[in-house]
Amino acid sequence: MDAEAAKLIGAGLATFPLAGAGVGLGLIFGNFLSGAFRNPSAAAQNQTTMLLGFALTEFTGLLGFVISILILLGIF
Amino acid sequence: MMNLRAAGPMDQFEIIPIVQLPGGSDLLAFTNSSLWMVIGTAAIIIFFFMATRRAGMIPGRVQSAAEVLYEFVSDLVRDTIGSEGRKFFPYVFTLFLWILVMNLFGLIPSFPGLAHELHTFTPTSHLVVTLALAMLTITIVIVYGFMKNGLKFFKLFAPSGLPMWLYPLLVPIELVSFLSRPLSLAIRLFANMFAGHIILKLFAGFVGSLLAAGGAVALIGIVPFLGVVAVTALEFLVALLQAYVFAVLTCIYLSDAAHAADH
Repeated sequence: MDAEAAKLIGAGLATFPLAGAGVGLGLIFGNFLSGAFRNPSAAAQNQTTMLLGFALTEFTGLLGFVISILILLGIF
Repeated sequence: MMNLRAAGPMDQFEIIPIVQLPGGSDLLAFTNSSLWMVIGTAAIIIFFFMATRRAGMIPGRVQSAAEVLYEFVSDLVRDTIGSEGRKFFPYVFTLFLWILVMNLFGLIPSFPGLAHELHTFTPTSHLVVTLALAMLTITIVIVYGFMKNGLKFFKLFAPSGLPMWLYPLLVPIELVSFLSRPLSLAIRLFANMFAGHIILKLFAGFVGSLLAAGGAVALIGIVPFLGVVAVTALEFLVALLQAYVFAVLTCIYLSDAAHAADH
């Protein structure tokens, strides 16, 4: 297998972390929603923490995407 | 005649020198990145200048907007760091606004015929810019930590009240986790801006190629167009969020440094 093919396969494999990001985001928003259904008046208070959690989780998934793009563009 | 050329998704990140600065090296130049940073800084300064002119007890629209921003960051700093946070408020405020404006620049569309230097550019989509901000932040954290706590700053890595055999395991882990903070700050902002804007240009490119193919295929071009609209909305949220997250994490690291001796 030549290097070019291996790189492309690697770039495809590097997108797998996005699945983890998807699961994590679903958990965050699902938990926020279930909490908001039980206690609607406290929902606004927790929104900030939810958004913070969203950003941090999204970032972890994006790391995989960034590596994939960097491989595809020949930087690696 | 407009000089149109199809741009790939990576062209938006190209750094183009506008004015070469004297100093010997070919790389020392005032680039489009510098230009947009200057534009952003000028925009923020002009905004606050206009907001505080003839400041009244009952604020006008611009003054209200500035006060909302001020209060937002002020509450953030006070809730995270406590009363000693006041001295960091200018830094966190500047950081938040600057990153926000830089992030939002990438969402401004450009005209097709403009010179290549004048296309809208996101300075924070380059790792070197975000790395500089992160290194500045962590330097401030470390210097402040040592100034306030002296050598007790190292208690950050060795919280008290643990059995003795745990420390050789814990201290290296805590050390590595502390050193990874500036890296994660830099890469988080960079990756979000980089990835988001690539997705945007990719979808826009699809619209272009579908329209160029002509015929019935051109009608399918509405789908990536709606994708561009949705991704732009997401990118506005991400721009705001990433500026906020950078500011929040800065405040958390500062409060860690301020309270290191209490561990």
